[in-house]
Amino acid sequence: MSGAELLAAHSGVLRTRVGACWPGTRAVFRGQDLHRDLAGASSMDLFLFGITGRRFTDGELRLLDGMWALTGYPDTRLWNNRVAALAANARSLPSLAMAGGIAASDARVFGGGPAFFSIDFFLRAGERRRAGEEVEAIVADELAERRRILGYGRPMSSTDERLPPLVALAEREGLAGGLHFRLALDVEQALLRRKPFLKLNYAGATAALAADLGLTARQYQLYNVLKTLLGMPPCVVEASEKPEGALMAMPCANVIYEGQAPRTWLKRRQTAHS
Amino acid sequence: MTPTLTTRIWREEPEPGNPFATRAAHCHGYDVYGEMLGHAGWADMLFLLFRGEAPWPEQAELLEMLAVALANAGPRDQAVHAAMASAVGGAPAAATLIAALSVGAGRRDGARDVFDAMKAWEDCGFDLAAWQQRLAGPAPAQQRLDLWPESGRAAGFDPHGDAAAGIVVQALDTLAGLAQAERLRWLARHRAELEAAAGLPLAMGAVAAAALADLGFSPEQGEMLFLLLRLPGAAAHALEQRAMGFKRFPFPAVQLEEAA
Repeated sequence: MSGAELLAAHSGVLRTRVGACWPGTRAVFRGQDLHRDLAGASSMDLFLFGITGRRFTDGELRLLDGMWALTGYPDTRLWNNRVAALAANARSLPSLAMAGGIAASDARVFGGGPAFFSIDFFLRAGERRRAGEEVEAIVADELAERRRILGYGRPMSSTDERLPPLVALAEREGLAGGLHFRLALDVEQALLRRKPFLKLNYAGATAALAADLGLTARQYQLYNVLKTLLGMPPCVVEASEKPEGALMAMPCANVIYEGQAPRTWLKRRQTAHS
Repeated sequence: MTPTLTTRIWREEPEPGNPFATRAAHCHGYDVYGEMLGHAGWADMLFLLFRGEAPWPEQAELLEMLAVALANAGPRDQAVHAAMASAVGGAPAAATLIAALSVGAGRRDGARDVFDAMKAWEDCGFDLAAWQQRLAGPAPAQQRLDLWPESGRAAGFDPHGDAAAGIVVQALDTLAGLAQAERLRWLARHRAELEAAAGLPLAMGAVAAAALADLGFSPEQGEMLFLLLRLPGAAAHALEQRAMGFKRFPFPAVQLEEAA
């Protein structure tokens, strides 16, 4: 089926396997009654069940929960937090503040981007490792093809303060011995032999642990949407209490202009630019 | 040291007694409130902001006509649908535009599709054989895992059409008649060959991509402008549906299938 016929088949009715609600009666969540079969499920439990369609153990959920909590930094200077805080200080709505902050977390240099490409690497590398290939060869091939491996190195500091508590949490839950996390540590050694600052970072460590929990890259991308969420509410609360428009106020003199000298609109060129 | 921000776009002069109040503002050197206001149009300002130069009349004409073509995709469009769905529940105005942007950002009829199509212009230019080779195979962005979900087809083409829609052809033919429309004219001339290579009919995104490339915008600038230019219709439809109320807004029947 294709074209208009395909669209017509999807018109007027929603066919779904993930669930629906019948107000006054019940709600079904991935085939289970939300209030009966899933009674007592935590938010993280439902979140991961919603993403993957499978239930995780309590220990796995504590690790997934901790992976959010350990990077919940209420530093208003951080770009995503700053978006949320600026909205609050501009007297916008909390929902809009959080929506903007969350969307800004889907970045290339932090948050969603490194996490996504990092788990993609570990899943591909894990397959090769299972096939018996050496870590050194995997790293060399990856660097030759893509020049870098995301999940290693950190622009601001080569040490990642989140790793010791993350590793402790994973060990406490018995989840630090998986193939991908061990691979992450071996890859770190291979990279450190090349560049001494390429230590495993939080994005890499959490991606490897998530790969050991069986998440695909797309599933992990969705889990990561809220990974830095927890730092935002304190920033929003404080910014809403500051005088409106005062957050990170910038005087004209602090804007350094490096553009065109003053010119006259009415005498602008009316012919093609070179 | 107080942190500073650097820009080549905007210069503000402060009021003598208040460094936070603006006495005069210049955009790429032009006095916005002292001279442009009253003499410059919306398309002039858009072009100036993104390109850093005032458009010459043919460029302003093309941008303005493109803005009209893109202003409203209609209530069946998924981005407009999202804006309306947000509005009928009574969510704030910004939520309706966030809804429209979130959907309209995507690869299906969205800004990412335009970005991909503009990349194709950068790579293939006016080389028909290069276009045909590109359209026949997987798009470069999809040969490797990308943050954006795969679309499974060439950018700028309609996955569900059997022939280019009338409004797409009308938009292409009209825009291609303008002086600045070099790529648009080439696209109109070679539409049949390109559609044959892609195995799909042309979509509005391809028209927008060609027009934005003709205006000298980069794929990044084109993606941003496409998002921006499609908002008016989403906003108007959202306000209309909010006023009509949710009881008149479609709420389809559900058919629950066995969980996977």
